[in-house]
Amino acid sequence: MPTFVYMTRCDGCGHCVDICPSDIMHIDKVTRRAYNIEPNMCWECYSCVKACPHQAIDVRGYADFAPLGHSVRVRRDEEKGVIAWRIKFRNGKTDMDLLAPITTKPWGKHIPQLKDVSGPTQEMRDSQLLFNEPKYIRLDDGGIHTLESNGLKMKEGVYY
Amino acid sequence: MAYKTVVEDDIDILVCGAGLGGTGAAWEARYWGQDKKIVIAEKANIDRSGAVAQGLYAINCYMGTRFGENNPEDHVRYARIDLMGMVREDLLFDMARHVDSAVHQFEEWGLPLMRNPKTGAYQREGRWQIMIHGESYKPIVAEAAKKSADKVFNRVCVTHLLMDEAKPNRVAGAVGFNVRTGDYHVFKSKSVVVAAGGASNIYKPRSVGEGAGRVWYAPWSSGSAYGLLIGAGAKMTQMENRIVLARFKDGYGPVGAYFLHLKTYTQNCLGEEYESKWWPGLQEIVGKEYLDPEVSHATHRPIPTCLRNHALMSEVNAGRGPIHMVTMEAFQDPHLEEIGWHNFLGMTVGQAVLWAATDVDPKNENPELTTSEPYVMGSHATGCGAWCSGPEDISPPEYFWGYNRMTTVEGLFGAGDAVGGTPHAFSSGSFTEGRLAAKAACQYIDDGKAEGIRVSQQQLDDRKKEIYKPLDHYKVYRNEITAGSVNPNYINPRQGLDRLQKLMDEYAGGAGVSYMTNDKLLHIGLKKLKLLEEDLEKLGAEDIHELMRAWELKHRHLTSEAVVQHTLFRKETRWPGYYYRGDALKLDDENWHVLTVSRRDPKTGEYTMEKAPCYHIVEENEQAEAAEA
Repeated sequence: MPTFVYMTRCDGCGHCVDICPSDIMHIDKVTRRAYNIEPNMCWECYSCVKACPHQAIDVRGYADFAPLGHSVRVRRDEEKGVIAWRIKFRNGKTDMDLLAPITTKPWGKHIPQLKDVSGPTQEMRDSQLLFNEPKYIRLDDGGIHTLESNGLKMKEGVYY
Repeated sequence: MAYKTVVEDDIDILVCGAGLGGTGAAWEARYWGQDKKIVIAEKANIDRSGAVAQGLYAINCYMGTRFGENNPEDHVRYARIDLMGMVREDLLFDMARHVDSAVHQFEEWGLPLMRNPKTGAYQREGRWQIMIHGESYKPIVAEAAKKSADKVFNRVCVTHLLMDEAKPNRVAGAVGFNVRTGDYHVFKSKSVVVAAGGASNIYKPRSVGEGAGRVWYAPWSSGSAYGLLIGAGAKMTQMENRIVLARFKDGYGPVGAYFLHLKTYTQNCLGEEYESKWWPGLQEIVGKEYLDPEVSHATHRPIPTCLRNHALMSEVNAGRGPIHMVTMEAFQDPHLEEIGWHNFLGMTVGQAVLWAATDVDPKNENPELTTSEPYVMGSHATGCGAWCSGPEDISPPEYFWGYNRMTTVEGLFGAGDAVGGTPHAFSSGSFTEGRLAAKAACQYIDDGKAEGIRVSQQQLDDRKKEIYKPLDHYKVYRNEITAGSVNPNYINPRQGLDRLQKLMDEYAGGAGVSYMTNDKLLHIGLKKLKLLEEDLEKLGAEDIHELMRAWELKHRHLTSEAVVQHTLFRKETRWPGYYYRGDALKLDDENWHVLTVSRRDPKTGEYTMEKAPCYHIVEENEQAEAAEA
């Protein structure tokens, strides 16, 4: 189900061009609106559908195996931190609404800048620890696992 | 072609590819190198790039030592049996001991991890998987990476690594081009973390029209992890270990949550359980050590994924297809039904679309399963990638040369798909490998190993000429014909990709030949790959977008050649269900309980193959493990 763009809704803003991981949403030189230039390299990942401020982009199942007459639409709300899906079957009878959270924290504010935290000691550099370890491994006072601590050793050969 | 050259100099750590591996590397690098210059080069837009672009519904690698669930060595044993023994256990143990700290970090960043209401622990899907609402997984980790990096270059397709001319076999940065402006980008860097993607679209997909885009792994994963590393002369390992996935037919919808959480199961067209009837015959191929259903039943030791594929394929070939996933029981529970749909919407929307289009309601009918075409990658349940050094406190001498996750090229590190022998990393493990690589890269620089790097203007000019050649070539020959795509002097990237997929399918064990190959077929395959390589010098690209496709194809070609060379070298059938050597249909532990290592000489294109020892983690008390197995 590659993406396509509704002529009357698209204003050529380019949000989809900006986000498409496959680089296949382009602006048509004649109509100055977006379109999918390479449907067989479209993963239907919905990144452009979610990014479009006008709900101008939709998806039609791959011609190889998907009959016409279905619809899967989505609204992603960053402010509320939710995503809403609507699935309509071809038969017109099944019509589902599904809602899921996408984040529990406000965007852009919560993740720390690691340049501002106090830097690693030489002892940490010399150890096998990563940032925030060992605390974040088990969220207790336990240390990092080593072969020794776990009573293991490496041995060559076939062994199960 | 007159394009601007944009030079970014004095970089300490260059991250090529900002999927989960690259974002992990960029984020962690800032902690160990607070004064260092960290730059990301990403082919797409970091907010939605890589395999997790559309989201994920589970984190498939989480130990849960915090909840007393698993230890790192448990995960090593699991990955080891799943890969029929062929893993780098040092790298796996290392990843597993760190991975939980990344996952706990994700939760703190706002990624919604589901909790089990009874225990308070994360909601388990299976022993290693936890369930998440991961639609925005990628934007969340991208935010972390963007906050750490000095600069993020979106839409820059990296085509080659730069090599130092002062000291042989040392990396000096990378070059590529901007897929929007066409500008030539030069990154001069003391170290490089290659966190680019594995490869989809190497083997002919099941659907070849519009539906060719509906592949299991992202179509933009073009094997650049391997194209870049092989091109720089890094040693590779386990490139024969391609993966075939049993998935919902046509949509490639994931089955993990269905099997593990929804407790669905498979049956043949007659409604019968079919797997067990294939085990005795399969045991003759692989031996009791790898397949012992009684032991598996008693100890919950998993039956390797490839062997379950084998049973599915065998049943279909015996004329009792299709294989169905029995969903009708689980989907009667509205809660499980909702999870079943969310599972697709979170990571494979295409499957939901397909069921809507074909009126498949899993409540009322059992959907079909089938096996996919093979994929070459190193972060899901398979371990293709570079031969990397492990950590100092774990690795035996053959696996250790100074810096964790460093390839055999100095200053060149890997993460995610790029690191060989570490299957079952998935998203969290890839992110963790990125973190490990970043710490080691900082150490490498601090140890003064990156001093005196020299890159001549000649190297930059040569690469530039090479990069834009498909555009120039097109321009020269385009007007020799009236119109259309048929030209005696060039092929376009799509035509080249079709040719690659056809030959890999037919000669290197694709779905079209039931995954069967042999020595003779592989040799023909190599010959045809050489001819294709010559024709890749005559690729024609009409525009910048097509130039990107041209370079993706070249990376896929390099990857494919490695796959064929490795498949030829390993004279046994180690993973029935992923591929078969018709001329060596048995698993042969006596000669092949080893890892395969290759190097392609960047100058001549010649391959050298070698065997490397396969070390296992053994408990002090060997009897305890023997009893457990």
